[in-house]
Amino acid sequence: MREGKERMIMQTASMTALELGRKIRQREISAAEAVEASLAQIEAAEPSLNCFVTVDGEGARAKAEKIQKAIDDGTLTGPLAGVPVGIKDNMCTEGLLTTCSSKILYNFKPTYTAEAVLNLERAGAIIVGKTNMDEFAMGSTTETSAFGVTRNPWNTEHVPGGSSGGSCAAVAAGEVPYALGSDTGGSIRQPSSFCGVTGLKPTYGTVSRYGLIAYGSSLDQIGPIAKDVSDCAAILETIASYDRKDSTSVKRTDCDFTSALVDDVKGLKIGIPSDYLAAGLDEEVKTAILKAADVLKSKGAQVEEFDLSLVEYAIPAYYVIASAEASSNLSRFDGVKYGYRAEQYEGLHSMYKRSRSEGFGEEVKRRIMLGSFVLSSGYYDAYYLKALRTKALIKQAFDRAFEKYDVILGPAAPTTAPKLGESLADPIKMYLGDIYTISVNLAGLPGMTVPCGMDSKGLPVGVQLIGDCFQEKKIIRAAYAYEQGRGPWELPAAMRFARAAGGGEKDGPKTSAGQTGGNETNCAGKADEHVSAAAGKGGI
Amino acid sequence: MNMFLRQQGREESEMAKQYETVIGLEVHVELATKTKIFCGCSTAFGGAPNTHTCPVCTGMPGSLPVLNKKVVELAMAVGLATNCKIHQFCKFDRKNYFYPDNPQNYQISQLYLPICYEGGIEIETPAGKKVVGIHEIHMEEDAGKLIHDEWEDCSLVDYNRSGVPLIEIVSEPDMRSADEVIAYLDKLRLIIQYLGASDCKLQEGSMRADVNLSVREAGAKEFGTRTEMKNLNSFKAIARAIEGERARQIELLEEGKKVIQETRRWDDNKESSYPMRSKEDAQDYRYFPDPDLVPVIISDEWLEEIRSRQPELRTEKLLRYKTEFDIPDYDAGILTGSKRMADIFEETTAICGKPKKVSNWLMGETLRLLKEEGMEPEELSFSPENLAKLIGLTEDGTINQTVAKEVFEKIFREDIDPVVYVEEHGLKTVNDEGELRRVVEEVIANNPQSVSDYRGGKKKALGFLVGQTMKAMKGKADPGAVNRMLAELLSEA
Repeated sequence: MREGKERMIMQTASMTALELGRKIRQREISAAEAVEASLAQIEAAEPSLNCFVTVDGEGARAKAEKIQKAIDDGTLTGPLAGVPVGIKDNMCTEGLLTTCSSKILYNFKPTYTAEAVLNLERAGAIIVGKTNMDEFAMGSTTETSAFGVTRNPWNTEHVPGGSSGGSCAAVAAGEVPYALGSDTGGSIRQPSSFCGVTGLKPTYGTVSRYGLIAYGSSLDQIGPIAKDVSDCAAILETIASYDRKDSTSVKRTDCDFTSALVDDVKGLKIGIPSDYLAAGLDEEVKTAILKAADVLKSKGAQVEEFDLSLVEYAIPAYYVIASAEASSNLSRFDGVKYGYRAEQYEGLHSMYKRSRSEGFGEEVKRRIMLGSFVLSSGYYDAYYLKALRTKALIKQAFDRAFEKYDVILGPAAPTTAPKLGESLADPIKMYLGDIYTISVNLAGLPGMTVPCGMDSKGLPVGVQLIGDCFQEKKIIRAAYAYEQGRGPWELPAAMRFARAAGGGEKDGPKTSAGQTGGNETNCAGKADEHVSAAAGKGGI
Repeated sequence: MNMFLRQQGREESEMAKQYETVIGLEVHVELATKTKIFCGCSTAFGGAPNTHTCPVCTGMPGSLPVLNKKVVELAMAVGLATNCKIHQFCKFDRKNYFYPDNPQNYQISQLYLPICYEGGIEIETPAGKKVVGIHEIHMEEDAGKLIHDEWEDCSLVDYNRSGVPLIEIVSEPDMRSADEVIAYLDKLRLIIQYLGASDCKLQEGSMRADVNLSVREAGAKEFGTRTEMKNLNSFKAIARAIEGERARQIELLEEGKKVIQETRRWDDNKESSYPMRSKEDAQDYRYFPDPDLVPVIISDEWLEEIRSRQPELRTEKLLRYKTEFDIPDYDAGILTGSKRMADIFEETTAICGKPKKVSNWLMGETLRLLKEEGMEPEELSFSPENLAKLIGLTEDGTINQTVAKEVFEKIFREDIDPVVYVEEHGLKTVNDEGELRRVVEEVIANNPQSVSDYRGGKKKALGFLVGQTMKAMKGKADPGAVNRMLAELLSEA
């Protein structure tokens, strides 16, 4: 009996979202069983990984019953119906704790659900929990969470990357078949690389930001994290929507992303920026990336190196813009209306000061201060405006590149996952680690990471594919063809964690609250040009 | 120092030096949209606290603003009516400051590219016409309301007003006296009311003015140091605050002291102001473009559409009333001096086709009753249909003028239907010849003295007899018919 259950859990844990969805539609597995398998895997893996801030077993079980009925009566027929999902804890979920992994929102239950999550729910997704992240998505390691670090399922001595580290590690560990992440400077693509999963950051404006607790509004974008390219395409197809509640949302008619799952890259022009292979890139990572390029070349793609200028300016421009926006976005967390309020204070200003000093972690405070500084009178032109001009130039550089290439290929991070504690000791070095992902957000482009190899330490490497605005289909096609050429990719999930479901040994010790320094990984894109004018909300 | 001493001081000093007052205004106007500027919540007054709210206007995490198109249109309309240029590419900026009435701790406003700029309006001054420049008009959101509960020793916030659309109209420092300021505000208010962009009620806060004022020696080229005065709730308070601040600044200069650049709060009860904050503790608002909102792009077509939809403003109306309706200058001035009054005039005239009669009712009884009740013309609430009906009743002789005035009061106060009212209260003029003859005969019989006076050549005596007849008929007789009947019967005998 137990063996049968364990086997079922193990099998389910290794399935992709689409495979599981198919089995649910074919009545081989019920939505309830899918949820139980996910919860069992979570129970087994969490003590060593800590991918979740909140697990909502009760809610998921209740939802599974409803979803099963809808599947049975034919109302829900989509590929994700009945499939469990993890949601990054910066997306609002009505009535379900949404903390941004911050003490300041330790008790915050939103009154509404984020549009992207609603889109999933309409498709029959079952939320099993909210995944851990760097506090307010500021960090590259998931170590800045107020609720403990998340560990890398491939080696628990290492970080999962960040800021969507909880989502990526949960997928890698088979706790959920897929998850949503957000990417302001690489927060989907970099941890996907570190965890050996597939993650996609869409063109800015493709997925509604309504209900995503903002970090850098002009750069933030929600995207899927899954086990393969097909899942990512199907999930993106589900969450992408034009949303009148988000002024930066774009009306797209080309959201049939799964139609791009074609194993054919003949004639596809792929460019590799020489700067991306220059000093600073780990040799083993470089080897894996070039090997991935060779796979595509062998399938008929034209691959060449080119000079993408301005790469070195992306990091300072990004940290100025994202921090500036963050300093304003995070000012609403003040202890007045919800969330953490200091116990001891005298008067309004003391309440603000203490609540924020006690409620925010070091990295968040660092960025709020940096952002406030660059926006202050006398520095605005020198920093903020200059950063905006740099952003525009970076976009132009990509525009020129996409005149020649369909897809840009490169690493997602200079190294594989560092050890816990390594990154926060040197924040500047950590910031520099965002070099390959950040400019994609500054230019508002879509980017995707697909696992492409391992280093000698047994840690995965991901290759990043970047497309022009609204050209997700090109990168999905390239990624899919690469995946077919690469061959099967085995995650540590089935290998290591299912065993623990039976009460076996648990991996690493769970650390309590890791709030060391600050990393950062988010990105953002900007999309002034795609969005029309004053969308009326229907006044008068 | 009391008021007397201060004024005395000023008079003495002004004998020595002449000072010029330089005034610029920042006027906030609440726009008359049904929904808020960045969400779909109602802007209606009077809801229970926090009932006209949603995640957007309470600044909940993850919520996003979406611009109400109507706000842009009203702002453009005000800009065009005040001769402004329009930034066809404009943006919203965040003004960052912490205060609990501001749920996001930033206000969405416009700093770098306000929607309207470089305009101005003409005002009348004793010295003739003068243009007051408008530096810019920008759109922004209102804040919520803080209520301090002294009993419970706590503060409560009501976000019903949070996100109500405002425009801020920033004038150039072109005004030189309280009179000019009032003339400017009056004109601005009328323009905005004509546009239907706001009701502009100072007392209710739908129009608020902050006064920037400095003084300088007459003939000086440089401006003096200015102060900003807030909390001005009526034209009278504005005039008093200007006088008070002018005196205070001159006194400082006369004493060899300096005016400090600061924001002051006017206390109209005490007729004095006190400092709120000085330039030193002025906040750095760290303005930057709001990344949640896309730039507003106003196409030529949209701008033209708004321009073509602009209603007739006062100057054009004045001219038209004279030429089209032959209304005298003075009357046309009064009628167009309030949008409500002009609307009633035009709508009533459109129904009954008798502009002169309509004008008479408005200039006469309406103004009298407004004055009696201490009301503003904007508060008029009767319908043009009922006034038109009343005019119809008097024109066809159904009621006489005395009854009509009585009925009008009911219309003015309760907007009753005069046809129904006259019927129900039996106020119709009696047109029964036999009845009239009987009453007149009775009056003649009962007033022999007057009758003989009349017959003796004192024609005035007829008036008395008419009055007696009207009284006997409870006012329901047609005065013309009474006159004729009396003349006829008196000439007989």
